[in-house]
Amino acid sequence: MRHAALKSLWAHKLRLMMSAFAIVLGVAFVSGTFIFTDTLNNSFSALFRQTAPDVTVRPAHTSAAASGGFTSTDTRVVPAAVVGLLAHLPGVARADGAVTDQGTFVLGKNGKVVSTGGAPGIGDSYDAAPAADGSPIITITSGRAPAGPGELMLDQETASTGGYHLGDTVHLVTSGSQPTVTGIMVGTVRFGPTGNTVGATLVLTDTRTAQQRYLGGANAFSQIIVTGDGSLPNAQLRDAVTAALPGGLEAVDDRQVVQENQDQIQSSLSFVTTFLLVFAAISLLVGTFLILNTFSMIIAQRTRELALFRALGASRSQVTTSVLLEALIVGLVGSTVGLVLGFGLAVGLKSLFALFGLDLTQAGLVFNGRTAVAAYTVGVLVTLVAAYLPARRAAGVPPIAAMRDDVAIPESSLRRRLLGGAALTTAGAALMFWALALGGGLTILGLGTLAVLIGVMLLSPTISRPLVAEIAGLYPRLFGAVGTVARQNAKRNPRRTAATASALMIGLALVTTMAILGQSAKASIDALLSTGMKADYVVANATQAPFSATVGTRIVAVPGVEDVVPMQYAAAKVDGRQTAVAGVDPVQLSRVVSLTTESGALATGPGEVLVTSTAARDHRWRLGSAIMLTLPAGSTTQRITGILKPTEFLGADVIVAPATLATGGIAPVDSLLYVTRTPGADAAAVAAGISSVLAPLPTVTLQDQAAYASAQRAPIDQILSIVYALLALAVLIAVLGIVNTLALSVIERTREVGLLRAIGMSRRQLRSMIRLESVAISVLGAVLGIVLGLVFGISLQRAMTGQGITVLSVPVGQLLTFVVVAALVGVLAAVVPARRAARMDVLAAISST
Amino acid sequence: MTATSIPRLSLGTSESIAARTVELRKVYGSGATQLVALDGVSVEFRRGQLTAIMGPSGSGKSTLLHCLAALDDATSGQVFIGKAELNTLRDKELTRIRRDRIGFIFQSFNLVPTLTALENITLPMDIAGHSIDRAWLDSIIGTLGLTDRLTHTPSQLSGGQQQRVACARALTSRPQIIFADEPTGNLDSVAGAEVLGFLRRATREFGQTVVMVTHDPVAAGYADRVLFLADGRIVDEKTAPTADRVHDRMKSLETPRADVAAGVA
Repeated sequence: MRHAALKSLWAHKLRLMMSAFAIVLGVAFVSGTFIFTDTLNNSFSALFRQTAPDVTVRPAHTSAAASGGFTSTDTRVVPAAVVGLLAHLPGVARADGAVTDQGTFVLGKNGKVVSTGGAPGIGDSYDAAPAADGSPIITITSGRAPAGPGELMLDQETASTGGYHLGDTVHLVTSGSQPTVTGIMVGTVRFGPTGNTVGATLVLTDTRTAQQRYLGGANAFSQIIVTGDGSLPNAQLRDAVTAALPGGLEAVDDRQVVQENQDQIQSSLSFVTTFLLVFAAISLLVGTFLILNTFSMIIAQRTRELALFRALGASRSQVTTSVLLEALIVGLVGSTVGLVLGFGLAVGLKSLFALFGLDLTQAGLVFNGRTAVAAYTVGVLVTLVAAYLPARRAAGVPPIAAMRDDVAIPESSLRRRLLGGAALTTAGAALMFWALALGGGLTILGLGTLAVLIGVMLLSPTISRPLVAEIAGLYPRLFGAVGTVARQNAKRNPRRTAATASALMIGLALVTTMAILGQSAKASIDALLSTGMKADYVVANATQAPFSATVGTRIVAVPGVEDVVPMQYAAAKVDGRQTAVAGVDPVQLSRVVSLTTESGALATGPGEVLVTSTAARDHRWRLGSAIMLTLPAGSTTQRITGILKPTEFLGADVIVAPATLATGGIAPVDSLLYVTRTPGADAAAVAAGISSVLAPLPTVTLQDQAAYASAQRAPIDQILSIVYALLALAVLIAVLGIVNTLALSVIERTREVGLLRAIGMSRRQLRSMIRLESVAISVLGAVLGIVLGLVFGISLQRAMTGQGITVLSVPVGQLLTFVVVAALVGVLAAVVPARRAARMDVLAAISST
Repeated sequence: MTATSIPRLSLGTSESIAARTVELRKVYGSGATQLVALDGVSVEFRRGQLTAIMGPSGSGKSTLLHCLAALDDATSGQVFIGKAELNTLRDKELTRIRRDRIGFIFQSFNLVPTLTALENITLPMDIAGHSIDRAWLDSIIGTLGLTDRLTHTPSQLSGGQQQRVACARALTSRPQIIFADEPTGNLDSVAGAEVLGFLRRATREFGQTVVMVTHDPVAAGYADRVLFLADGRIVDEKTAPTADRVHDRMKSLETPRADVAAGVA
């Protein structure tokens, strides 16, 4: 029996392979995601381990302030006296004061910033302190250590990317008081014994120079690196150091530092994992349909054979098991191929991330056992689940069917499915209504959407009959008898037609949702800028890093500039939750962008904050509520004095006066400047004037309103194109499903096809008959998908008005294109099955049973 | 062989009876579309005999075979395979009976196209998970002349060869009774004669019980006993029939029906 099952599997290998393709893709996403994140974690943890000293002393609460999306520089320092104090503690071999900065970028010889995307530009003081593993944190690979303000070292990657050799003069952009500085490169370095900088750039100077550059010349340090003499474990050394420290400082051992850093990396990259796993889920969902369909059809074809097994004494469970055994093997093969493909995907992700500044090229792919377990579990489980229903139905083949010619597997009535589908759709619609009309939130909306999607899938055999009739309604008139037969064929097996179309439906529903959301987001940006933006220019850093506050003061001095409003951002905790905080004078800001107060006043003073109404609702804040704001220097209580309508111009939900950030220990660096022109001033002259201020800062750019708008739209297009590319895979799986269905229905109707040919249908007519059926199925999928996508897209847009997607815009042209493309897809999918049908020998076809 | 006529309801001991029915009725559909396929059939099949069931189309002969073979259930009455009464059994037990006690030969051979001849022959044992009696298997294969065809797939075999493979498949598990449904229906006369000759040898040499439905008087001529069915009832039976006698009887069965039909029209 097992043998017979395997033989049957082999006989149907091509068809099963097509359906296994979906499993392959899904598993590839799952395993690729795991391999990539493991690789990522591995290279980061190697880096962190190689750079973590025995014990680090730093201002208290550093980790809380550091783990946020924004690069906010902590201005608090460790007094130099502490170094001497610690150096004499028992168990301490040495204590080195270090200065660090996250906003020092290297310009290459071509004048462009070396680092890419969001990777940090690290500016550190150099010392020979060792890491916890005993090897130096910084290893000099060529040249010597810098001495004096005119010298520096670069990490070897940055040096070679920038085109610098020993003795060359290197240009730097810093967020300190001096925006640009130069130095002669006297050496190159790398982290630890093997470590690379994972895309960051590293600039090292001597300690005094770093203090001058980043700490305003104060004799202090960002942190102290304490190295033990080996007599105490690091944790005990840490406790000993803690006991000796003055207030406001904390000591952490190497394990804590590594953990902190790893947590931070993990949380900032978790969205990637989620994103990829969502696509894995989509392709597996689509794949489930494909497999279910394929197995149903293979079983329909094998009805007689299965009946024979039953007549020869096979039990029901033997039949079910034999089908599931086939599924198991398909799942195993699919998972294996998917796993291999996952490696390829991980390589692709590596190069994709290199574009965003995360350079992992030196890291080998990490393959953990967990990846294999997840890949096989997911792949095999999905295949088995999809094959379960057909397998159960196979067992229902009565043994007597072996004696008869035309038998159909008894199918359960569609009624239960209809009722279930209707109930689920209604429940989903109710949830969506609750989410939209009564403010149930995005999670509820998501649940409702999912319920509607599955509900409609269940309903689809029932809906498909009249819909197909409608879609194919013109066939008889356009294509005569061929059209009539094609129409009948498409309506013949609503279950199968619907299951085939469902795969395409899911793909297109998602594509449509994304298209609507993307288009609405772009339209919202345009609307926002055209109505709310009073500033003529925006000055921002391409690296997202903040820049020196002196830029703003110099732009104010440009003739024809009326007003400059700087925006600062800081990562903070508000009521214990990680929150981005904007530092700006709201009254000033309201002169350059439109701000609307829902209650309270715009002005903020010390101890006063403004919040957006969204944040107020989430946190249940009211006007006058007290909130706890935690910045590097510590926690303070602030009172809410105004509630604002949320707007993208704020870039944060909590707004404080710049002074509040400064006293909280945040460096006074700007992330964005809004600039207005004096009425009547010459636009070209003003732009030229500002550009000349920015000339030494290649990363900081000047954008007028149009440029700013397109810069804001660009990331949406980028995200959309990635999403489309991934969804294209889901659509590809759906197309394979159509090919599969057509091929099988051609085989099933061999006799009928032979008959049609015998009574005079030409090969060409036969081909177009199959093509028309295919087009009807794919257009059905497209129409269902687009209708669902419209509902989902519009609801999501409504739900996301708070996130800035205020305008609904439906890309009608694009949606119509989808339908046309779906029809073309139908034509393409029919090529092979149609050719196969046309080639059939007429006599053999008629006499076959 | 003595030509003493055997009474319709044989008085043989239960040990000598391989299968029997008692007042078997099978009705399809209900109301206006109701069709009585079997109308109170009581019959016994003795061990080691080749029995042919004949009758015009629609006489219920296939239905009788299906009910006997545990493929279809009776509307009323009883069916016994050995001592087991089929109507009282559930699907699991019926499956076991089909597996262990019944062999099948089909008109359209019904070999699994993906399996070789040998794999098809051993399929029932494979399904049952029984080990194969090599000597028995070899003697069957030798008798059927399939020794050099074992690695061929069904599509590489002629119709006669395929049906011989099906015969071998039916015999390997040494079933108590083999049911053959028009076993020569798809064969030419030479191949048909081979198969029928083999079925007769199986009863003579191995003591195998075979029940065969056929509409071919020549095929029936190979049987030890012929049952004639008409309108769901056994109307006659002959022992040691010849093809001519069967032919004549069939003619007389079909003619009155034609008269009736003409009378109605």
